[in-house]
Amino acid sequence: MANETTVAEAAPAKAHGNGHENGHGHHPTGWRRWLFSTNHKDIGTMYIVLSLVAALVGGAMSFLIRLELAEPGIQYNLFWLDNEAAYLQFYNVLVTGHGFIMVFFVVMPAMIGGFGNWFVPLLIGAPDMAFPRMNNISFWLLAASLVLLLIAAFTQGGPGTGWTVYPPLSNAEFHPGAAVDLGILSLHLAGASSVLGAVNFITTIFNMRAPGLVIHRMPLFVWAILVTAFLLLLAIPVLAGALTMLLTDRNFGTAFFDAARGGDPVLWQQLFWFFGHPEVYIIIIPAFGIISQVISTFSKKPIFGYLGMAYAMVFIGFVGFIVWAHHLYTSGLDVDTRAYFVSATLIIAVPTGIKIFSWLATMWGGSIDFRTPMLFACGFIFLFVMGGVTGVALANAGMDIAFHDTYFVVAHFHYVMAIAAVFAMFAGFYYWIGKMSGRQYPRVLARVHFWMFFIGVNVVFFPQHFLGMAGMPRRIPDYPDAYAGWNYVSSVGSYLTTASTLLFFYIIWRTLRSGEKVAANQWGEGATTLEWTVDSPAPFHTHEDLPDMREKQPAE
Amino acid sequence: MLRILKLIVLVPVLAALSLMLGTGDVFAAGRAEPWQMWFQPAATPVMERILEFHNLLLIIEVSIVVFVLAIMCYIIFRFNAKSNPVPSKTTHNTLLEVIWTGVPLFILIIIAIPSLKLLYYADKVQDAEMTLKVTGNQWYWNYSYPDHGGFAFDSIIVPNAELKKGQPRLLTVDNPVVLPARTNIRLLLTSADVIHNWAVPAFGVKLDTVGGRINETWVNINKEGDYYGMCSELCGVNHAFMPIHVKAVSKADFAIWVKKAKKDFADVEVPAAAKLAQADAPAVAR
Repeated sequence: MANETTVAEAAPAKAHGNGHENGHGHHPTGWRRWLFSTNHKDIGTMYIVLSLVAALVGGAMSFLIRLELAEPGIQYNLFWLDNEAAYLQFYNVLVTGHGFIMVFFVVMPAMIGGFGNWFVPLLIGAPDMAFPRMNNISFWLLAASLVLLLIAAFTQGGPGTGWTVYPPLSNAEFHPGAAVDLGILSLHLAGASSVLGAVNFITTIFNMRAPGLVIHRMPLFVWAILVTAFLLLLAIPVLAGALTMLLTDRNFGTAFFDAARGGDPVLWQQLFWFFGHPEVYIIIIPAFGIISQVISTFSKKPIFGYLGMAYAMVFIGFVGFIVWAHHLYTSGLDVDTRAYFVSATLIIAVPTGIKIFSWLATMWGGSIDFRTPMLFACGFIFLFVMGGVTGVALANAGMDIAFHDTYFVVAHFHYVMAIAAVFAMFAGFYYWIGKMSGRQYPRVLARVHFWMFFIGVNVVFFPQHFLGMAGMPRRIPDYPDAYAGWNYVSSVGSYLTTASTLLFFYIIWRTLRSGEKVAANQWGEGATTLEWTVDSPAPFHTHEDLPDMREKQPAE
Repeated sequence: MLRILKLIVLVPVLAALSLMLGTGDVFAAGRAEPWQMWFQPAATPVMERILEFHNLLLIIEVSIVVFVLAIMCYIIFRFNAKSNPVPSKTTHNTLLEVIWTGVPLFILIIIAIPSLKLLYYADKVQDAEMTLKVTGNQWYWNYSYPDHGGFAFDSIIVPNAELKKGQPRLLTVDNPVVLPARTNIRLLLTSADVIHNWAVPAFGVKLDTVGGRINETWVNINKEGDYYGMCSELCGVNHAFMPIHVKAVSKADFAIWVKKAKKDFADVEVPAAAKLAQADAPAVAR
């Protein structure tokens, strides 16, 4: 008994001793600082860098797709491939790779891994994440996953299955070779990374809030990351199970998805979309969080209807798990099943509507500074509403007969989820880059970037509504000549978008190299959250003395 | 590099020129026209109802977007830092929050009722006069006619080099599938390999063909003519090159065509997947 007491007392003292040493100038430098990092800010920075690198790859893929589609015919001499079949497979790999990279290696790392790691501890007054070493593993698993995916793309023709990887096309019979297997392993690693990250965020947010920062006073970005972490925790294992079944189908003679041997290809679609639909909310809910912080700051008002905003996200997360089969309206589901999924899917419009109107009400009566982050937030609202109303149309299984698998769907999800998320990422970047780097971004160039990007993406995606209504299918490298006009317009938009992305990389370089220094709170009276109370750039260790939130007014 | 330059510079010039001079190509109904911004004209009662329902949806969609944009414009004009230097502190308004939860719910109910009606109407036909079986293959369609002796044939894309004048690129096949107009036709769909999707925009038909399953839908084409569609589920390298061409003819012409087709396609074997479908298909009037 006595012995145990001694050990228990000694352990915390020792731990404290180590923490003390590391905290004052003894942290690793050089490559050790990054490879072995357990610091939430360094890991956040690495996630953002990974996202930027992946964005170049995924963006280049979309640019190649738009070049191919700029005019009718196969442009395979664009890619210096002599064999037309090889090129057509390569085109499908581009479509697949663009989806995977943008979802798993651009948006998720930037918003959850990047901004989440950087700002959740800062916003809740915690010194770091709950499990700093697990945090390190989360990042490096994702880096390995990206490498595997890129290897897969150049292995034996690459995976030309679309990001949905539907069997039988993804079976060994139709995709022999290691490409799809490598892709599956890549997703397994990305999934493990996400689940570890999710566990880390949930533990941190539940247990490490500053005294007085009760759940119902947490900033909405923290709420968003909390909801997202739960979605990841529940959705990723289903994907992992489905991927494992596909892997054993391909390599070990099982027949989960092989109809000829008693399996069912549609089972894969059910499992994939049971993960896949929450996945799109995993992408957009952190965006909601960022937009809420930005709008509140620049309107110089607390968020309108705070509790409604928080629980709208919880509700969206919950409903996200019971609407997956609206991706399967043309798979031959029973009509009553489809009727249920129509009704459930339409419901999503209510909490998302609450969010839109609460943002507008937050701005109403405000004294709004239209700085670059706020411009991106307004752009986000526009895109999200545009994509939202087409989503209401697509929710109807009867209507979906006309829209399913056409460019209308491509336009819809890029508006509501993909480009909207990217707008939130840009808003977050311009909002927090001062805190992360201590430097001011070039103001005029940032505005130019916003307008180029905003116009560019609308020119890309708005005409795709027309193409879809006229009946142009997705995922095709060539189209009947009637679709040439709007496809050309869409491609011109992608040139502008690509140019604006290059400008963004120049802006990053300018900011880091010659941006002026910024104060701890660069945004003034509207910026009331805890990250603005620490220096800019945020020191290596922050909140070593927990901030006391008991005296402050409730956030609601 | 030159190729990219050409795409960026030359194509718009050519596009503008061809628009000014007119393409000279006569575009028939049943497929998209250049610069089309809307649906293809409806050729079946299902598509007519889809278009009708979409009119309702479009009014709602446009109203919502315009409403939100109007509020945003007003906010930008009225509540920027110059016009309104002192922000209000309002963060709650229960009535407002109840309204913006309740009104969308009400709008959704307005949408859901016609939506479900359409869904059930489009699903199946009760009194089919004949059955057409469609089997997806990498990368062509096989059609068979179980009610007309069970003959079958493949429908394969015509390569660009072999197109005759007036035949649309990527939509022309060697053997179009011929169907009688003004007839309730049951479609049974399956696949011999990967998942394909048989879709004809003018018909309001789009359904996956899945190996081991038979999916059912129906058409009643209200007018003779040529109708085109494309495979609508990614099915491999030639996904873009397995078009659908439906030739709708009068019932009398259809009977003549059936006689001829029985002879022409006498030695084409019905695919195994379609035979399965045949065994499962409910008996219909022959």
